Amino acid sequence: MKNIQKNLLEKIKLIRMVEEEISNKYFENKMRCPTHLSIGQEAISAGVCLAINNNDYVVSTHRSHGHYLAKGGNIKKMIAEIYGKETGCSNGYGGSMHLIDKNVNFMGSTAIVGNSIPVGVGLGVAAKLKKNKKISTIFFGEAATEQGVFYESLNFAALKNLPILFICENNLYSVYSSLNERQPKKRSLKNISSSMGVESIKVDEINVHEIYKITKKYAAKVRRTNKPVLIEFMTYRYREHCGPNNDDNLRYRKRSEINKWRNKDPIKVFEKFLLKNKIVTKEEILNIEKKIYSNVKSAFKYAEKSMFPSPRNAFKNIFAD
Amino acid sequence: MQKTITYSDAINDALHTSMKIDKKVICMGLGINDPKNIFGTTKNLLKKFGSNRVFDMPTSENAMTGIGIGMSLDKFKVVITHQRLDFILLAMDQIINGAAKWHYMFGGKDNVSITIRLIVGRGWGQGPTHSQSLQSLFAHIPGLKVVMPSSAYDAKGLLISSIFDKNPVIFIEHRWLHSLEGKVPSKKYLIPIGKPKKILNGSHITIVSMSYMTIEAINAAKFLKKYNIHCEIIDLRTVSPIDYNIIFNSIKKTKKLLVLDTSNKSYSISSEIVAKCCENVFKHLLSPPKIIGLPNIPIPTSFGMTKDLYPESKDIINEILNIMNIKQTIPYEKNLSHKHDIPHKKFKGPF
Ligand SMILES: Cc1ncc(C[n+]2csc(CCOP(=O)(O)OP(=O)(O)O)c2C)c(N)n1
Repeated sequence: MKNIQKNLLEKIKLIRMVEEEISNKYFENKMRCPTHLSIGQEAISAGVCLAINNNDYVVSTHRSHGHYLAKGGNIKKMIAEIYGKETGCSNGYGGSMHLIDKNVNFMGSTAIVGNSIPVGVGLGVAAKLKKNKKISTIFFGEAATEQGVFYESLNFAALKNLPILFICENNLYSVYSSLNERQPKKRSLKNISSSMGVESIKVDEINVHEIYKITKKYAAKVRRTNKPVLIEFMTYRYREHCGPNNDDNLRYRKRSEINKWRNKDPIKVFEKFLLKNKIVTKEEILNIEKKIYSNVKSAFKYAEKSMFPSPRNAFKNIFAD
Repeated sequence: MQKTITYSDAINDALHTSMKIDKKVICMGLGINDPKNIFGTTKNLLKKFGSNRVFDMPTSENAMTGIGIGMSLDKFKVVITHQRLDFILLAMDQIINGAAKWHYMFGGKDNVSITIRLIVGRGWGQGPTHSQSLQSLFAHIPGLKVVMPSSAYDAKGLLISSIFDKNPVIFIEHRWLHSLEGKVPSKKYLIPIGKPKKILNGSHITIVSMSYMTIEAINAAKFLKKYNIHCEIIDLRTVSPIDYNIIFNSIKKTKKLLVLDTSNKSYSISSEIVAKCCENVFKHLLSPPKIIGLPNIPIPTSFGMTKDLYPESKDIINEILNIMNIKQTIPYEKNLSHKHDIPHKKFKGPF
């Protein structure tokens, strides 16, 4: 148990520190692609990805750094990809919104809202046909549940009893547009989902260990029953929708709402919990931070040192042969 | 061994052959297991290969395309069939932002091997949304291959090639080709994607054609031969990519070009071909290249309004006489025993 908690702490800290370093260095104008940070939402990435197996499939969205890192994706290759370097995980073709690491079955993140949902369902079909006991985990934001393809995918997953974990991260906003503008008040994803035959729960919890335990339980159920489950996690992003800055000055989010979420910051909450229960010491936390810091630094160094792909490469990889 | 079978039976044969040689080949599509089996093209697949590999699907074209992509990431080879090309318009995100880009946007780390079979409708009042021939829409997208065979022989060989291609292939059939017969070997054979075929040798004019228009071209050429006009017909077979060498070489010989299209002429495959030929072999052309296709309007439904709408052999003949500056009119009447809106007497639609 202690080990798991430490791993979870390491993962959420890793994600936070990588994202903050991206944010700090973004103004250098070397990361020249749209970049969506996961700061504030780390607990879901870490809790979910540690609760599934290394060879389970994951697909994700435009906001995928957290999922990629939590699943065990190579950090150097991710940073190099954001720098547009040929050593990047997608060789510079994709950027921040198109990450892949097949070594850990992180099968790809895509930049069109809702786009990767059916792809994840297809991986679920494959797992079922191969009877290999893998499950497919699909990350998406709540705005994707406004897309038709989400319902089509849910319908098929229920129809065919597919081993799929749908993970909705509800951070209340689609860019600047609040939920009130987009969804009827009484709409409940949990009810929609269960009425379509996909068992579903809504989770307000922000303690990463609780998120882990809930996911673990449902992942086991998906694997055992070959039936899909949808979990909606409530969460909050701290920075602007896309880019390195804080944009609270734009006032599309109420101060009181921001404070409410900031006060229960997933990292602070978890550290406090671990210290109080004497699961880790302050010193251990410092050591974890030091280790991550050096990994993050060397990832950025690797990215900076790597070469840009040649302009000729733009003409390659159009077709596989 | 070789047998004479219809185009739709050749498609069916290609599916059986592919599924037999590779267990990873999967077929899905709305209605593929219904009593009509997509104009017979999917018959007996379910019986032979079982419901894990051959299944009907919800009317969810977009998600099902994405599901095909996801399966192919785990090395399945997925064939998705739609009764009409028009229905795939709901899946443009998965095709254009997904399938066509996947290999590229992940730097070659993965590939999407799916074949999407689409059927172009014509006649019996198919109308604005059941008879669009939108090959140029797909051909415009880098990362997609677009195949449009005109004969049973090519249909089988090209469908097998498409299924085993590592890339997404849009495989377009024409409803009026399904009943046409041709000689087809029983064994497996591949026809390379991207290679046009010279189906008739001639010295006076080069006709470049695709899909059903090739049938009209053959009729026109047969007729003109009687008047000592010799057409060279190049059947594209694939509309993207196109290996232009055979077309350029033919133009160098005939010095004249007529391109036939199953779609409306504007922004079309045919206008692309004319552009490419002008860029590359302009100095060999003795007269302006011409296009025969549909006018730039939606297809109307009424029997009255579709009369004379689709170009046929007669129009090809007249255009060729025009290009060759032959003033004499040649009395061509197509020997039609049936109405203009059906491919043959027995055809009663309804779609
Ligand atoms: C189909 C589509 N429409 C619009 C956009 C522009 N866009 C990018 S991210 C985003 C918000 C998505 O919100 P959500 O899915 O909840 O994820 P979040 O950004 O909150 O993590 C939008 C509208 C897009 N990428 N794709």
